Amino acid sequence: MKLARDTWLIFQRQFQLLLRNPVWVFVGVFQPVMYLLLFAPLLKPALNAPTQAEAYKIFVPGLLVLLAIFGGLFQGFGLIAELRAGVIERSRVTPVSRLALLLGRSLRDVVSLMVQAVIITLLALLFDLRVSLVDLLLAYLMLALIALMTSAISYGIALKVKSEDALAPLMNTVAQPVLLLSGILLPLTFAPGWLQGIAEWNPFAWAVDGTRALFVGDLGDDKVWQGLGIIAVLAAAGVIWAARQFARSVR
Amino acid sequence: MIETRGLRKSYRSRDGRQTKTVDAVRGVDLNVTEGEIFGFLGPNGAGKTTTLRMLATLIEPDGGEATIAGADLRRDPAEVRRRIGYVAQGGSTWDESTAREELVLHARMYRIGKAEARRRAARALDAFQLTEYADRKCKTYSGGQRRRLEIALGIIHEPMVVFLDEPTTGLDPQSRAHMWDEIRRLRTDGMTVFITTHYLEEADALCDRIAIMDHGEVVTEGTPTDLKREISGDVVLVGLDAGATPQAAQLLDGEPYVNKLETVEEGGLRLYVDEGATAIPQILRRVDTAGLGLNSIELHRPSLDDVFLTKTGRSLRES
Repeated sequence: MKLARDTWLIFQRQFQLLLRNPVWVFVGVFQPVMYLLLFAPLLKPALNAPTQAEAYKIFVPGLLVLLAIFGGLFQGFGLIAELRAGVIERSRVTPVSRLALLLGRSLRDVVSLMVQAVIITLLALLFDLRVSLVDLLLAYLMLALIALMTSAISYGIALKVKSEDALAPLMNTVAQPVLLLSGILLPLTFAPGWLQGIAEWNPFAWAVDGTRALFVGDLGDDKVWQGLGIIAVLAAAGVIWAARQFARSVR
Repeated sequence: MIETRGLRKSYRSRDGRQTKTVDAVRGVDLNVTEGEIFGFLGPNGAGKTTTLRMLATLIEPDGGEATIAGADLRRDPAEVRRRIGYVAQGGSTWDESTAREELVLHARMYRIGKAEARRRAARALDAFQLTEYADRKCKTYSGGQRRRLEIALGIIHEPMVVFLDEPTTGLDPQSRAHMWDEIRRLRTDGMTVFITTHYLEEADALCDRIAIMDHGEVVTEGTPTDLKREISGDVVLVGLDAGATPQAAQLLDGEPYVNKLETVEEGGLRLYVDEGATAIPQILRRVDTAGLGLNSIELHRPSLDDVFLTKTGRSLRES
């Protein structure tokens, strides 16, 4: 149980530092909130949805997945600051678990994402969105797995490139097509066949589909377990890969 | 306490289209005994830090063997980690944390229980005169305070060996003297201390034994006193105009009391003699009768820089 103990130790430390400067949680949620307030009202007519609530059931899940992807992907910047301060090297001379060094940080990111997701959900409730608690919790599980994966990948890449100047363009180049190919802003059912074909290879498209099915209340839809399964496998792979970066020499 | 044989590390670096291999450390043999302050002296880029990082399990050696505090570096790095402390050159504390938090966290990373970690943190704060600032953020600390905290972190788990990479670089003279006392105290507490430095005075004043490193190799090893004694006798620096130097060199080269003679680039001579006090009058007489203008004459007891110079042909101060 050394892993659990070490992970809890790193998580506590990271979470304590986050609480000391909680403004970042709100900075992170600002953009999605703007989308929710200023973009979502266009959707009812655009999607030809019968009601505002119907439109939100399509849009809010996508927005939450977007939040999870981006919230995770940009965590690497904090790690580069830690690398520079020598904190990572100091950790690596101790016997502390390398996997815990990663997991403690990624779990902090998951928790801060959950806070943001709750804020978005509560705001959406004001716009007549209704979703059952079970469906919502499963959707949050999906978001947690996405954030775990993207933050782990971001940490792994940060350890490899070691500089903000390299990380920023890299993340933007990856995130942009991934975002557009996942049907987050508008469902891919509107897309021409070739675009749908490409999107099938994008795991986040599956995640968005699964989350949307949950918001519609269609728990039995295959898309739910497919999305959860794909993301869970990728999250595990991402965590293992990134933990190996922590174990390898870092300079 | 530390024994290495043939420790090697090379890096591949890209130079335009060509990849070339840089041998950072080319076979280091060391034998550090228990309870001593051992110093690695050498210019920047000599391979001191790379060697230290290998011994601290941070980078994997390409070849060679090492046993540290009884644990095998290659086969059991996890055990080495438990037995050593390491203080990096560039700092290791987080601006937004306090000294107490850092100490407790670090002790806990060594799997020390929470209550015991708190006790040790309090004791370390006290020992390193940090209690007053214990609950302030690290970003408010002075350079000396921060360095003291970093050393306190490095020994929070009471290691048998502690590695300090350039522990006094960037400190003002007063803080440096203070840090020397702290390092001596580690030895008194029974720890073996391994430091790297490029300060001659530091190696001389602080270390029981030193190894001089240059271009990835240990060029010589011993106590500072022995190393200086090896360079038999004193050094007399004779200041001359560049024009007069060759003639004076010719003149003095055959003198029986001159063991070795070197020309200083900007003009002048460096004479290695057994006894400076008796050699100087003779040198003066010789130069004077030849009618050569003498600008200055200086007597030097050999320093570690002279040791470095004889072994590498360069001065440490210049490199």
